Amino acid sequence: MKSGTTFAACAALIRRDLTLIWRRRGDALNPILFALIVVALFPLALGPEPENLRRIAAGVVFVAILLAGLLALDTLFRGDYEDGSLEQLVLSPHPLSLLLACKIAVHWLTTALPLIAVAPLLGELLHQSEAVRWVLPTALLLATPLLSLIGAVCVALTVGMQRSGMLLALLVLPLYVPVLIFGAGACNAAQIGLPYAAPLLWLGAALVLALVLAPLACAAALRISLS
Amino acid sequence: MNSLTLWFHKIGSPRTFYRIAGAVAPWCYGAALALGAVGLYGGLVLAPTDYQQGDAYRIIFIHVPCAWMGLFAYIFMAANAFIALVWRIKLSEILSMASAPVGAAFTFITLVTGSLWGKPMWGTWWTWDARLTSELVLLFLYLGVIGLYHAIEDRRQAARAAGFLALIGIVNLPIVHFSVNWWNTLHQGSTVRLLGPSKIDAAMLWPLLTMALATHLYFFGSLLLRTRIGLLELDGGKDWARSIALGESHERAGARTHG
Repeated sequence: MKSGTTFAACAALIRRDLTLIWRRRGDALNPILFALIVVALFPLALGPEPENLRRIAAGVVFVAILLAGLLALDTLFRGDYEDGSLEQLVLSPHPLSLLLACKIAVHWLTTALPLIAVAPLLGELLHQSEAVRWVLPTALLLATPLLSLIGAVCVALTVGMQRSGMLLALLVLPLYVPVLIFGAGACNAAQIGLPYAAPLLWLGAALVLALVLAPLACAAALRISLS
Repeated sequence: MNSLTLWFHKIGSPRTFYRIAGAVAPWCYGAALALGAVGLYGGLVLAPTDYQQGDAYRIIFIHVPCAWMGLFAYIFMAANAFIALVWRIKLSEILSMASAPVGAAFTFITLVTGSLWGKPMWGTWWTWDARLTSELVLLFLYLGVIGLYHAIEDRRQAARAAGFLALIGIVNLPIVHFSVNWWNTLHQGSTVRLLGPSKIDAAMLWPLLTMALATHLYFFGSLLLRTRIGLLELDGGKDWARSIALGESHERAGARTHG
């Protein structure tokens, strides 16, 4: 049997994933609602004083989006594993890492990008300061692909498991620590008027590195858990 | 095949390793106990009192060796995981997974003794100091590896998956350390630092090094015994494992009839 070009395979995979998500577009709202509720819990717990909330706004939004992304990670391979198409991907003649990179990209587009879009709203709920208004989405734009890429490797390791939610959190969250430190660090630096370019540049460097290495690691991990 | 490779293959076979580990482990434990007793006596009794911290500093004779072992066990685990993933050596898989709980225990002891020392010295059980935070992340990495290993049914696949996670962790560990340092220095001007190793007095140094040797020996003793059990579990259906199991039950039966 003749197989198509790698480019055609990637395009077909992206089209298929986008179609599947479009058919269940109601689900795409869930991470946003989750982040909204988590953010809404903080004023209830800490009191409604704007000064208090302003101090923690960027960090809380960052953590809420990180957790929403963590919960959304589970859907990355689940459907494909259950209907067997994940095994077909592994068996296909095209480089698995490239195909997985496409899947991760679609997943990021459909789960993380909407979260970044609502981040300013979440920040306003917590009376975020003027200085953070642009730094927070920028930091998220650099950090969320990194989170998706790192998370995808861990999801690939836990793929055939029945109840992997808590375990996945245990695997992923320690690896998220540096991303959180630099992302939230940039926002906090901006808030107190310090230069914030350095942490953003670190995030960018890490993202470039992860873009190259994470799909390879993800493919290796998937081969282990499907063997 | 030259003699070195042959020797390596021989010692790497589960049956031979089981026998050697059984012979070596008691010596490791014995030496660890003896050295530990000497080191603790030297550290807790002979070493002079610190002019600033009084007697409270003496916890470093447990704290510092355990902190070193926490890192050493992680590196050992990751190195074995690498060997297991690249050359598919069964023994390395088991060695790697056997070192995870021991390393996690050492890391936990480090955190507990550190906070016991922190209460009189810093006035708090816990502070978000850079070193404390990266040690905590190290513990979580260990727990992740152990959790993943026990969540997968197939033992060999579980060892490969958890070993892969250990390798990701070792790439991430320096990044965590660096980022946490960066995060802390941004927010906090003054940090309390532990004694630098160069500034330590010789009377305090030798018990510390003795304790480090003792913890290493304990680690290897515990590792070998855990590996023996792992090998028996993995090769449960093979002849050598069966004969050992049968031999032990015969011995037990014999002891029962005699006693």
